Amino acid sequence: MPKTLFDKIWETHEVGDGLIYIDLHMVHEVTSPQAFEGLRLAGRPVRRPDKTLATADHNVPTDGTPVAARIKDALSRKQVETLEENCAEFGVPVFSLGSDRQGIVHVVGPEQGMTQPGMTMVCGDSHTATHGAFGSLAFGIGTSEVEHVLATQCLVQKKPKSMRINFVGDLPFGVTAKDMILGAIGQMGVDGAVGHVVEFAGPAVEQLSMEGRMTICNMTIEGGGRAGMIAPDQTTFDYVQGKPAAPTGAAWDAAVATWKELYTDEGATFDREIDVDVTALSPRVTWGTTPDMVVGVDGTVPTPESFDDPAERGQAERALEYMGLKGGERIEDISIERVFLGSCTNGRLADLQAAADVIQGRKVADGVYAMVVPGSVQVKIAAEELGLDKVFTAAGFDWRGAGCSMCLGMNPDVLSPGERCASTSNRNFQGRQGKGGRTHLVSPQMAAAAAIAGHFVDVRTFEPAGEPVAA
Amino acid sequence: MDPISIIEGKVSDLPRDDVDTDQIIPARFMKRVERTGFGEFLFNDAKEAPDWNVEIGNPILCSGANFGSGSSREHAPWALEDAGFRAIIATSLADIFASNCTKVGLLPIELPEDQVRKIAAAGEARIELDAQTVEIGPTHARETFSFDIAPGTKHRLLNGLDDIGLTLGDEGAITTYEEQRAASAFPGPSSLSLPPQGPDGKTIQSTPVA
Ligand code: SF4
Repeated sequence: MPKTLFDKIWETHEVGDGLIYIDLHMVHEVTSPQAFEGLRLAGRPVRRPDKTLATADHNVPTDGTPVAARIKDALSRKQVETLEENCAEFGVPVFSLGSDRQGIVHVVGPEQGMTQPGMTMVCGDSHTATHGAFGSLAFGIGTSEVEHVLATQCLVQKKPKSMRINFVGDLPFGVTAKDMILGAIGQMGVDGAVGHVVEFAGPAVEQLSMEGRMTICNMTIEGGGRAGMIAPDQTTFDYVQGKPAAPTGAAWDAAVATWKELYTDEGATFDREIDVDVTALSPRVTWGTTPDMVVGVDGTVPTPESFDDPAERGQAERALEYMGLKGGERIEDISIERVFLGSCTNGRLADLQAAADVIQGRKVADGVYAMVVPGSVQVKIAAEELGLDKVFTAAGFDWRGAGCSMCLGMNPDVLSPGERCASTSNRNFQGRQGKGGRTHLVSPQMAAAAAIAGHFVDVRTFEPAGEPVAA
Repeated sequence: MDPISIIEGKVSDLPRDDVDTDQIIPARFMKRVERTGFGEFLFNDAKEAPDWNVEIGNPILCSGANFGSGSSREHAPWALEDAGFRAIIATSLADIFASNCTKVGLLPIELPEDQVRKIAAAGEARIELDAQTVEIGPTHARETFSFDIAPGTKHRLLNGLDDIGLTLGDEGAITTYEEQRAASAFPGPSSLSLPPQGPDGKTIQSTPVA
């Protein structure tokens, strides 16, 4: 019987009925302390420290604080120090604050070569779906499940349903992976993929770099999906090869031979399938408080009356009220005060390069505070080798240390109430980036252009006014 | 985790869709290393909205579609449980959230919208896990609604069982699987093979810098 990519990975990881084996468990400081405590109380070891990797990301300041002990916020310090202590006690490798390999878990896994095709991966973080870009099954779990995986290297899971999102057509000029996934979520709604593992397919996906594919899989959860995945191909193998944890020599050849079997067979069926026409996409901007409240930059903020369903109308009203917007406003007329470039969605080197290309030789608009937060220390080092830090700082951007930063309002990087932000992160929920903060999700290119213009602009036709300044 | 059999009492109502985990508990309150004490931060920011009128302290909460969407934070069910809720009845629940609920002894129930509305309107309900029913009355016309739950999850909740203990009962199967995997063409990467760092070759030194 023809099988989907998801079926193939699921079947090779079934230990028993409803019990699947986990090849890699990523751990971070916020969702793990109670799990390690549970192990300690029950006198259980971590079953496979070699299949576990920890990093500090959610809570860390991005101001260059060198070690956990120097974190000013007492509770954050305690969480990061607790992670270090737990990892030392249980023998789990950890990249904590101060390590040159520290960073956001979903950036660190791929760049260390720990993320490879055909694996099962979990992490106490909903954006674990990111790793599905390599053709692996990766999803977020809660703390009790973190403890379960630490103790057993397995997870109790009922097999989710399957779904395929076919991106139809070639990606138009100036439209990015971020716009593809925002377009898909806008089309299907934030609960469109609930209960499903989603495979993304189509020529536009195949043409994407690994960074772009990670951006797409990363946001699967914003459409309610359990996991997102993309069949591995030569782009995938080229990315993995040579990374620190990648196989070498004969082991590499053997691994690639198995990875080449990882695709959805002709004739395999999905529980659900939708098409998303990418040729109709323009750069996307969210206007509301869920990621499906999204339109093209060339569009306008919808009016509540435009929604037929009374519940949706009520939600749109509440969202507009929170966002301080009026229906009918042109997206390009919306001014911003903050720009956040980073997160596990768009904090990789290619994202920073794309943004740097837009701002090269320009200045951040008056009244805008813009920050760039590399997704990991490795990204930061690589960007500095390319001189991107100089491009950003010359333009007036704040060049920060690695971490989740303003993606989630848990560390010192937060929006103030009412502040409006063009953000490359993944959630525009109320208060996500700080209490009362107003988040508009966009691609790195769109965030960069907004920083220069002081309001949203269509990056496809963006020509900043004034003379370029030397970088 | 305490066994669940009957949950009975007053119903709180939050009649809207997409109540996400940042509304349930904002990230800035997740900095504790314990499982307890999150109840006081439940709906911390959301409850400042002028139209907010969700009673806290009741055992049952009704809501709309996609309740618990967003983050995997178990802090959301911890906060709900700590504040006294024992069951969430919604028209649909986000996957990770629903799974997390069953780990903390909070019963997640999905029912069609008209039934959820009736339960909310009745203001009181009795849930029997074994029978998989929600009953309203007698102040309102007595009515019973049936809900679905995975048999394994139900068994675990009814008996207050710890998943880990159950899985470790399959120790032999896990070991066999691991041996087969280790011998296969793609055994998967090892984090211990990453270039070592720090004094013990595994961790990062965290001595304060003067
Ligand atoms: S960057 Fe944001 S979404 Fe990604 S892991 Fe960190 S907090 Fe979660």
